[in-house]
Amino acid sequence: MTNITVINGTIHIFLALVMPPLLLGVIGKTKAAFAGRVGAPFFQPYYDIIRLLQKGTVFSTTTSWVFRAGPIVALATTAVAALLIPFGAHQSPISFDGDMILYAYLFALGRFFTMSAALDTGSSFEGMGSAREATFSCLAEPTLFFALITLSRLSGSYSLSNMLVNISFGVWLNNGAALLLLVGGMFVVLLAENCRIPFDDPNTHLELTMIHEVMVLDHSGPAFGIIQYAAALKLFVLGAFFVHLALPYATGNPYLDWGLFIISMLELAVVIGIVESVMARLRLIRIPQLLVGATILAAFSTLLVIR
Amino acid sequence: MAQELFAPSSLIFSATLLAALSGVPLLFPWLLNASRAQLLSIVLMLAASCAGLTGAILSIFSGVSVLFELAWTLPFGSARFGVDPLSAWFLLLIFLIPGSAALYARSYWHADSRRSNVRKMTFFCGLMTAGMSSVVLARDGISFLFAWELMALAAYFLVSTEDENPEVKEAGTLYMITTHTGTLALFALFPLLNLLAGSWLFPATGSLSASSPLASAIFFLALFGFGMKAGIMPLHIWLPSAHANAPSHVSAVMSGVILKVGVYGLIRTLSFFHGIPLWWGCCVLVLGVISGVVGVAFAIGQHDLKRLLAYHSIENIGIIFMGLGVALIGQTAGSPAMMLLGMSGALLHVLNHAIFKALLFLGAGSVIHATGTREIDLMGGVARRLPYTALLFGVGSVAICGLPPLNGFVSELLIYLGFFQGIQGEGGAAAAAALAAPALALVGGLAVACFVKVYGIVFLGAPRTESHTAKHEAGWQMLLPMLLLAVLCIAIGLAPGLVAGHLQRTSLTVLPLLANTAGLPLQELVPMTMITLSGVLLLALIAVFTFWYWRKLKLAPCGKADTWGCGYQRPAPRMQYSASSFAEMLTSLFAFVLKPQNHRPDKIAGIFPGRSSFYSHVPEAVLELVYIPLLKRMYQRLSGIRRLQGGILQQYVLYSLVTLIVLLLASYL
Repeated sequence: MTNITVINGTIHIFLALVMPPLLLGVIGKTKAAFAGRVGAPFFQPYYDIIRLLQKGTVFSTTTSWVFRAGPIVALATTAVAALLIPFGAHQSPISFDGDMILYAYLFALGRFFTMSAALDTGSSFEGMGSAREATFSCLAEPTLFFALITLSRLSGSYSLSNMLVNISFGVWLNNGAALLLLVGGMFVVLLAENCRIPFDDPNTHLELTMIHEVMVLDHSGPAFGIIQYAAALKLFVLGAFFVHLALPYATGNPYLDWGLFIISMLELAVVIGIVESVMARLRLIRIPQLLVGATILAAFSTLLVIR
Repeated sequence: MAQELFAPSSLIFSATLLAALSGVPLLFPWLLNASRAQLLSIVLMLAASCAGLTGAILSIFSGVSVLFELAWTLPFGSARFGVDPLSAWFLLLIFLIPGSAALYARSYWHADSRRSNVRKMTFFCGLMTAGMSSVVLARDGISFLFAWELMALAAYFLVSTEDENPEVKEAGTLYMITTHTGTLALFALFPLLNLLAGSWLFPATGSLSASSPLASAIFFLALFGFGMKAGIMPLHIWLPSAHANAPSHVSAVMSGVILKVGVYGLIRTLSFFHGIPLWWGCCVLVLGVISGVVGVAFAIGQHDLKRLLAYHSIENIGIIFMGLGVALIGQTAGSPAMMLLGMSGALLHVLNHAIFKALLFLGAGSVIHATGTREIDLMGGVARRLPYTALLFGVGSVAICGLPPLNGFVSELLIYLGFFQGIQGEGGAAAAAALAAPALALVGGLAVACFVKVYGIVFLGAPRTESHTAKHEAGWQMLLPMLLLAVLCIAIGLAPGLVAGHLQRTSLTVLPLLANTAGLPLQELVPMTMITLSGVLLLALIAVFTFWYWRKLKLAPCGKADTWGCGYQRPAPRMQYSASSFAEMLTSLFAFVLKPQNHRPDKIAGIFPGRSSFYSHVPEAVLELVYIPLLKRMYQRLSGIRRLQGGILQQYVLYSLVTLIVLLLASYL
């Protein structure tokens, strides 16, 4: 292991630990700017999480250990996924043939426990949220796999690091159509998996229409803090995947590349903020159609590179 | 002499014999009381399991193939039996699951409380195990068919254990009809094989050419006959009702092992051929995709816990077929990596599914025992009274969804990597692999949805009905086998490197082409150590976070309250989300295959509307909408032939005699 890999690994872990809530702050600021407000400070999500971690907890009397395990497993799985995904032009700390499958299935494991924890409360609202999450995530899964197949074919490799770092402007020149379709499909998946508008409104307070927020209604205190942080980390990790596709900048200088990565992530947050400002939430029955549409886009891109 | 006695093959043969005899003590009620006899037969079965497992493991380690000839004077010559790594791999599950089920039965089907059918159940359990073991040991067509029928018939008596119940009887009859339709195909298969190979003895691996039309006929017959037993999608109709109506530990053996014997038959038959055309592999792959996706979609719509698990067996057989399809396509495309990954993924999934599905069926048995119902929507909050069962069932649920760090993930990873190898190629093979991988992802997503539903509705929340509140934790005889299976799920998931070498050796015995490229270890294609490492990392992180959270909870104030009812003041347990409501969105998305029947309430009108009700039900659409109308028409059209069937035994003997005479004359002409 050379010096540079140690440094890169340290920066990777440091960014994964520290940066995720900032994305939420940037999204909030962008939305505020569109609405003509000053908005909460960029660091507000950090304050919120720290405040929650210091609070006490109220548990529902119906709940069992599964309810307590939900947030913990969600955070642990997202954290391991964060080690598998390369940030910018750098290899990820853990990389092996087949790690893309682990990446996808880790999120599924986290979801398994989040949804079970929601059902553990016995509340019909949380059951509703859990059912919606289950349905929509099923439909998002094939899109991700079409994307992985296209990337694997383009790079001839079987690990996330090689697949994603391989994308460059040269690859875009040769396979522009396929990659453009993928960017479309994956952006939909990014928004759906992170429960952003137009799929879900993280700010709404009407339980009947929510997905992610309604599943965690009964969580409080440190557990809720963990959930908030894990959600931010998930946005960060899936965002890093998307940024590779859409903004494949690389200079060759490792330190400049880290800077570029941070800037790209912030750009992504601004774009999400803009989408949230100019769009309304979709009706629930329209969501499956949009997700299937994304799958078809990704399938086209696969066919374009396979033919 | 002693050395020969403990040779792997002698251990396996004696285990088979011991299993066949394990039910005998119960047949002498005047010598032994039922409870003691049951204990004795369980001990015999456990001994058979231990001997069989030891033999199987030893022969996988040694990797040698042996062949025995049993000279007898039946018309078709002597019977041949043998052990090779493929047989030994299947023997692992054939001896593991029935052994666990036998111990479980001590508490679940105790002789004192089930006097009327415990004899039948125990006797046929042993016989079925022996039958399955003989199927994988048989090395010629005739012995194979004998063993096959022994297994199939014993299973019939097990499905109809409680035959005083009309529903059980119906399930048994359906099983009987379908299993014999499948056997009919096998009766045609082996003579054709004899024609092609020139002997009843199974031909050597890769010795027959797959290009002749006769080979294609054999392929179709194998797909039909063995696919029927394995429960592949359009042929699965017997499976849900048989699994739901058999005693739970019998369902565990049927779902875990019998279906796999069908898979074994297909793998064995395919191994005879070389030069396999692309469409064989595509056929198997497409069947796998259909079974996987449609099987799990049906599972989501079920309210009966055991029917739901049965549909998941169809899904998992689909995943196994996908692996086989990859291996076959790899053979055509000349890609050793695809062959190795697909075949070892399929074989590992065979073992994995046996383990976690048996675990889930045994867990379901405990739940049904405690709540007195199979209806998921009547249960709820079972985890409070059955904490250990809940934990073990949870392990099984995570494993069957193919989630890390358990065993299901490893086998699905191998199959996925087979697909990813495939897409680097050219033409049809690449396209097939590229379309199958997202289908497997969809299956995985749907399985997660389904098991969250099962786990959440059955074990979590509060009991939905007073009368079906779970009462007691299962006895140790029920928990111990489940614990063993759960530990195996975790062990294979965390240390897949332990089985990698055996998988490779087993794959080599069925894929002759791989032998030429022997320098390709599975470990190089799939970094097993990295799977272990990431699994351990995940568990370590969970442990650290749990410790931190536990400390946090101790320091900060911690209150208790009712679940937040969104302002509603009188929430009741019946208002919890039910299994049907959880599945509603997905069943309506898949309505075009599931054909769900919703009985909506009458129009609710007026100030004081009358009572109303709603229920939804996902029927076995393939059986009810395809087969039954078809068979009804056949029944009407072919009524003339029915006169041949008089129900008089003498008449049938006469038919046999006439047939024999005709055949004799034909041979002189």
